[in-house]
Amino acid sequence: MGFYSVVKEWKDFDFEGYFSKVTDEDVVDSIYKEHLTEYDFLNLLSPIAKNHLEEMARRANEIKTQHFGNIISLYMPIYISNFCTNNCTYCGFSKKNHIVRKHQNLEQIEEEAKEIAKTGVEHILMLTGEAHGLVTLDYLKDAVKVLKKYFNSVSIEVMPLEEWEYKELVDIGLDGLTVYQETYNEERYDEVHLSGKKKDYHFRLDTPERGAKAGIRTIGIGPLFGLSEIRKEAFMAGMHLKYLTDNYLNSSFSISLPRINPAEGGFQPDHPLDDITFVQFMTAFRIFQIKADINISTREVASFRDHLMHMGITKMSVGSKTDVGGYTENDPSTCQFEISDNRSAEETIQAIRDNGYQPIFKDWEQIK
Amino acid sequence: MDKLVLKGHEFESRLLTGTGKFSDKNLIAPMLKASGSNIITMALRRVNFSNPKENVLNYIPKDVTLLPNTSGARNAEEAIKIARIAREAGCGDFIKIEIINDMKYLMPDNEETIKATKVLADEGFIVLPYIVPDLITAKKLEEAGAAAVMPLGSPIGSNKGLQTKALIEMINENKKVPVIVDAGIGTPSQAAEAMEMGVDAVLVNTAISTAEDPVKMGEAFALGVKAGRMAYLSKLAKTSKYANASSPLTDFLFRGEK
Ligand code: SF4
Repeated sequence: MGFYSVVKEWKDFDFEGYFSKVTDEDVVDSIYKEHLTEYDFLNLLSPIAKNHLEEMARRANEIKTQHFGNIISLYMPIYISNFCTNNCTYCGFSKKNHIVRKHQNLEQIEEEAKEIAKTGVEHILMLTGEAHGLVTLDYLKDAVKVLKKYFNSVSIEVMPLEEWEYKELVDIGLDGLTVYQETYNEERYDEVHLSGKKKDYHFRLDTPERGAKAGIRTIGIGPLFGLSEIRKEAFMAGMHLKYLTDNYLNSSFSISLPRINPAEGGFQPDHPLDDITFVQFMTAFRIFQIKADINISTREVASFRDHLMHMGITKMSVGSKTDVGGYTENDPSTCQFEISDNRSAEETIQAIRDNGYQPIFKDWEQIK
Repeated sequence: MDKLVLKGHEFESRLLTGTGKFSDKNLIAPMLKASGSNIITMALRRVNFSNPKENVLNYIPKDVTLLPNTSGARNAEEAIKIARIAREAGCGDFIKIEIINDMKYLMPDNEETIKATKVLADEGFIVLPYIVPDLITAKKLEEAGAAAVMPLGSPIGSNKGLQTKALIEMINENKKVPVIVDAGIGTPSQAAEAMEMGVDAVLVNTAISTAEDPVKMGEAFALGVKAGRMAYLSKLAKTSKYANASSPLTDFLFRGEK
């Protein structure tokens, strides 16, 4: 049954009713508790908790410093294929969009890897669209092998795979898996995923668990804010994080809070997440799950990212290009979404130092 | 002060420190100077051998002993590989075994630790294993050739001090190799408390590296450790639930007074 049993458990919960009864005292209580329940997490996500934003931010930073130290880990994304056989309404790679498509061969991947390696960052996240028949398990394995030559840690954000497929990737040295649920709301999920394999809500929902069973060490999850009611999404993502953390002690988990950015196709989010609520959610995650990594991508603008450094985050992508061939080619393909922090890797790394944190280029010793 | 001896190697200071959590690696050297610490642990997984600017080894003074650790290892096999990589990379023969397979509480795996200790001690490493305090494990580690045992005071990052005191006491009372309390020590007074118990040293990382002034905090810990050691060596007066009159109440019986 997996995490879906938890989804069902909360399906008919009266979130509005609960939120309307949360008091300032409840929020403060939850901020400083050592072991938070699901209801404490709800208190921190409640509209009234905005009155305590500064306190939440301070507490989040304190927890982060205590458990992780004054550090921020770096990673860089590499897009190796933007072909996609799915049709997701919010994504630039969707098959209905007429964009410049590219699919890199191993030599091209190696060229990009060399370019990225010059920044000194040793953690890489490899991304593709979901193009069945083109992006195959063998292609992914070959690509991971190439990247392992240049980077200590290789993660993937590709189509969900079966457990045995993840195992094969782990055996050649894959460390990390990122898979966003996009939306935990089953009906909404069906509406925004028009066609393709991604339409299968359950297969996607169980992906992080399959990855953990296959022995992947770090697994990133998150909702895509904008698709459905934001407080419920944040809550279910928190439940997902808790479920995975409680059941798979030998993997570590991270949470991202991506918000819909303009993409090819012009999708407008009907549940926008504003900056204040973003900060509220992010700090709520930190207080609720102290050992989880919190990851901020270049979807957010530079100055906002700099402020977020002080609120409990542990991971940042730097110098991102979201187009295939973005690091080496002059006429790159169309990107998946527009990035908002356009600083180079060096500039972001300097900003991390200027803000009083140590950038971590490498946090992994390659032993496979 | 009497010296800390690990497999024949002598150290002036009984405070071990760490490199991992500083905001700026340039703070490491002044912290070491202020604290007098002459053993520093570093996660091999964080060492950038290929990138001199990011290589933490370049920030550690040459007269300080490196204690590479195997953090990131999830079993004995991985810890052994990491230890060998560290030695090959010129980090010396000291190795702190850290095998963690529980990412929720970060509790070390004692069983795998014993296995790794045996192999590495046989290969000539000076092995310092990090464990959940357990007397039987400590005994097996001595047997396996450990140079010391490193029980945790409380969970990593909790800063809760000696929550496992009773268990550490058992290890300490029966030790054949030095006992170094690792993890959980958040204040100099907690370090002093551990030293008063008679353990041989403490390892403090987070509490120093994330302090607002890590240099001064390093010195504060050095003083705490020294105070605790001196108190231990000078044999603490016994504590008692009841007040002790300074002149004995029954003395008169023996002096023939009425
Ligand atoms: S979100 Fe993924 S699966 Fe959907 S269209 Fe974009 S790349 Fe394809």
